[in-house]
Amino acid sequence: MGGRWRGIGFAAGLAAAVVAVQLAASAAHKVFYLTQLTMAAYSLLVVLGLALLMGYAGQASMGQAGFFAIGGYVAAFLTTRDLARFKDGTPFRILDHANLLVTRGDGMGGTLTHLHPWAAALLAVVSAAGIAWLVAGPVFRLRGHYLAMATLGFGIIVHRIFLASPHFGGADGISDVPPLALFPGFAVTGRATVRVANYYAAWAVVLLALWMLTNLIGSRVGRALRAIHGSENAAASVGVPIAAYKTRVFVLAAVLAALAGVLATHYNGGIGPSEASVMKSVRYVAIVAVGGMANFHGAVVMGTLLTFLSLRGYFGTLDDLVFGGILLAMMLFAPEGIVGAALGSRVRALYGRRRRDADDSTAA
Amino acid sequence: MSGAAAAAVPGCAASMTSDILLQFCVAGVTYGVIYGVVAIGFTIIYNTTGIINFAQGEFLMLGAMTAVTLQRFVPLPAAILGAVAITMLVGAALEVLFIRWLTRPSVLRMIMITIGLSIVIREVALHVWDEKSHALPYFTGDAVSALTVAGAKISPQVLWVVGVCGAMVLLLGLFFHATPLGRQMRACASNRDAARLCGINARNMVTLSFVLSAGMGALAGCVVSPITFVQYDSGTALAIKGFTAAILGGLGSTAGAAAGGVVLGLLESFSVWFLPAAYKDAVAITVMLGVLFVRPTGILGNAEAARLRGH
Amino acid sequence: MRRMRNLVVTTACAALLAAFPAAAADTIKVGAILAVTGPAAFLGAPEAKTLEMLAAQVNAAGGIKGMKVELLIKDSAGDAEKALSLAKQLVEEEKVFAILGPSTSGESMKIKQYMDENATLLLSCAAAEAITTPVLKWVFKTPQNDANAVRWIFGDIQKKGLKKVGVLNSNTGFGKAGRGQLEKLAPEFGIEIAIAEEYDKAAVDLDAEVTKLKAKDVQAVINWSIEPAQSKVPVSVRKLGWNVPVYQSHGFGNVKYAEACGPAAEGVLFPAGRLLVADVLPDSHPQKALLVKYKKDYEASAKEAVSTFGGHAYDAFTLLMKAIEIGGPDKEKARAALENLKGFVGTAGIFNFSPQDHNGLGMDAFEMLTATKDCKFVLAR
Repeated sequence: MGGRWRGIGFAAGLAAAVVAVQLAASAAHKVFYLTQLTMAAYSLLVVLGLALLMGYAGQASMGQAGFFAIGGYVAAFLTTRDLARFKDGTPFRILDHANLLVTRGDGMGGTLTHLHPWAAALLAVVSAAGIAWLVAGPVFRLRGHYLAMATLGFGIIVHRIFLASPHFGGADGISDVPPLALFPGFAVTGRATVRVANYYAAWAVVLLALWMLTNLIGSRVGRALRAIHGSENAAASVGVPIAAYKTRVFVLAAVLAALAGVLATHYNGGIGPSEASVMKSVRYVAIVAVGGMANFHGAVVMGTLLTFLSLRGYFGTLDDLVFGGILLAMMLFAPEGIVGAALGSRVRALYGRRRRDADDSTAA
Repeated sequence: MSGAAAAAVPGCAASMTSDILLQFCVAGVTYGVIYGVVAIGFTIIYNTTGIINFAQGEFLMLGAMTAVTLQRFVPLPAAILGAVAITMLVGAALEVLFIRWLTRPSVLRMIMITIGLSIVIREVALHVWDEKSHALPYFTGDAVSALTVAGAKISPQVLWVVGVCGAMVLLLGLFFHATPLGRQMRACASNRDAARLCGINARNMVTLSFVLSAGMGALAGCVVSPITFVQYDSGTALAIKGFTAAILGGLGSTAGAAAGGVVLGLLESFSVWFLPAAYKDAVAITVMLGVLFVRPTGILGNAEAARLRGH
Repeated sequence: MRRMRNLVVTTACAALLAAFPAAAADTIKVGAILAVTGPAAFLGAPEAKTLEMLAAQVNAAGGIKGMKVELLIKDSAGDAEKALSLAKQLVEEEKVFAILGPSTSGESMKIKQYMDENATLLLSCAAAEAITTPVLKWVFKTPQNDANAVRWIFGDIQKKGLKKVGVLNSNTGFGKAGRGQLEKLAPEFGIEIAIAEEYDKAAVDLDAEVTKLKAKDVQAVINWSIEPAQSKVPVSVRKLGWNVPVYQSHGFGNVKYAEACGPAAEGVLFPAGRLLVADVLPDSHPQKALLVKYKKDYEASAKEAVSTFGGHAYDAFTLLMKAIEIGGPDKEKARAALENLKGFVGTAGIFNFSPQDHNGLGMDAFEMLTATKDCKFVLAR
């Protein structure tokens, strides 16, 4: 199976499962399960990007929650800030003319004029991409532990900034975020009336991301990434532009995380600084690890299961322990993940070689 | 971050008098030596194994929490000794159970393992103890007793902290340079295969390095707990700052780690004067990122030596 | 093959999860979202213990209106997103009658809209005024308003004739809200905030921050925080040999915090609910009997000192029980009953609700307390 139809089997199976679950839930009057499945779907976007970055390109990132937060906060900020005070200024009039401004009631009896959620979402994702691009340069000059700590440091700084700044609501975050209208008649929002539609929309985005990433992996880019992961010196010697590829993958992972942040923020109607916390980043990493580092399918299955259970409070007070323990157990006993290597024997052989090479070379 | 109307421009309005300067120095050195001990712990393990042990901060937490529990039954010195011994056992257990049997793991895998360990230890501590803050009693005096030195107030506990940690660093240096075991560890650190050829049991050296790091961390945790209090999640922040101190001094050098710790402590302390205090915790991260991006080998590090070690 | 397996596994899981037992008919389900673990555990843990104790007491006495109370406590670990997910779960799946909590303001702000839209009572144990301002039909809160705490503090400072103060606050919602109120109300009392600094809630040492305040020669120090770190401020002040009055917020309301100050606790002033000085209240005081009983019961069952944080959960639960008692197990009737409840004796004070006031507590909910040399709380006179 090649070309644009790679991975169609899993995708079809996933789509079928998504539909089956919805039908089962509606029939059993347990539609509320779809809420947590929708939220799990959003977090899958972060996980998929991280799987690409960590699994295929071999670059650790302990700061993906930072990009999720950047996406979410920028979208929330832009859709809750009243711009009416600037209505005599030129930028306002330009935006107004371009139909990019929306006026709505602010829940306290007044009105609020803010940027259209679409524009805000776009700006949010673009900001995250821009920041990722800026950060990638210095970060990728590092290796191994230093690289991991640098990404961890990035995540912590983002967390501190959102926690400290009054513009972003400080410790309470931003609330009253309006729905994000995707098409006429459908908006990303947590309201019970459109729960099923939102569920399908979220999973459609996941399927789209999965399709895109699977094709990326099968293409020349994917082979270059695996080469970089295997041995940077070897890859460089055959002309792979290492720095450029690492940066692009980092930015792509950041874009996916930011997109997840935007959608989740509109769905939940708000965002808080805990979304950028170190534990959130560690959870994403744990899910990638347990799904099998370079295994999108594993990441989807395990990510959905673990996030869903966590959101339902299934793990009770042992929540963090579960994720930390899973990360530990996976890395000790099954670094290839629990759902099994999905890439076939060829890449498994490559992995074997990578493991042997990794300690001799300077690659991460 | 500073209040809108009423707060004055931080730091600049009043000038720093000598007693204020000294006060900030005292605060900086107090935390500096703690960061230094954590950094040394990182360095010892790193030197023998090439691993950054993200669970390093947890050793301090465990030492202090265990001592608090023990001192309900035995006098304070015995409680501290007991806590140090128990934490050393935990360190050894970590190495034997989780590190020793791994064959040629990749750096990424080791990072994940020690992060996982750190989280598991922390959450287990939460369920073994509780979510509250705990502290040992002040060794001498109490919370408000203070000696006045050149206008600055120094708590006797601070002298304990500096004294105990300083003594640990000196003893460690003596150990590495003057005892056969210590010299073996250093040999293992600079070239593991050659050391093995000389008959040094590399695996035991690794266990010893964990035991040493754990013990030093536990003692430091005990001696600083009356001032800072300790709770189940105290370890994480310390690990990050200790790592910063370690790389500031150049990863791999114990002297550098100690110096890096003191420098970081002073930077943090003085930052409160010149910047809004809200930024204090960003200082360590900023220093860490600065070192990583600008000079990963650290201020005292040797780029050549680092390259030889393969980084 | 693998994709077939994945499909089968996923659908099997979905089918399994869809099976669920129905609730017994003669129980009333009460949900609680509390930060039992995580960074706000010092709030959520005593709250959870209090609720468990109260539910057991009510059920032992035969329940409410003949129905047993089924208490469902969910741990949000202080995470707002999780709190929202748990709220949806409790309301739609468990079909709870009401939700008590959350423990923190951030979480409460995130779920209040949802609770209001889904016509289910929320009795928050978090302090932010923004939770009940503007008033949402179904949202109530039990802690006192920080504006009133500020008024008590400033009133005392004014009485002492002091004009220049320094403020320290932690970087949590509680701390920042308190600082906001302090800055807003200072001019009313003719007080100047000469310096205001924020510190991290997990700060291990505040000597540097306090030294900075001392350099400004302020006449009093006000510390607004709810975490254990707040004990470090009086310690630093006294250790530095500085003799100014130190005020804490009502977040000081746990005798463990005073113990953590050691000898520095002496003379620290803070407004708080009367729970902490229940024993010294005159017997005629309407709150005395309730406070003494709660203190005794809690200390016996939880084996730790009582705190005002647990008291907020106590009030939430007992208010809910009262509302059900008056209005019956009908959501709208209970809500209306609660909204019009007057003169209800709770741990935080005497509640007088109205459609415009879903907090129900005023200045008189507080007393000015202080601590003694051996770390006990007494009335400040």
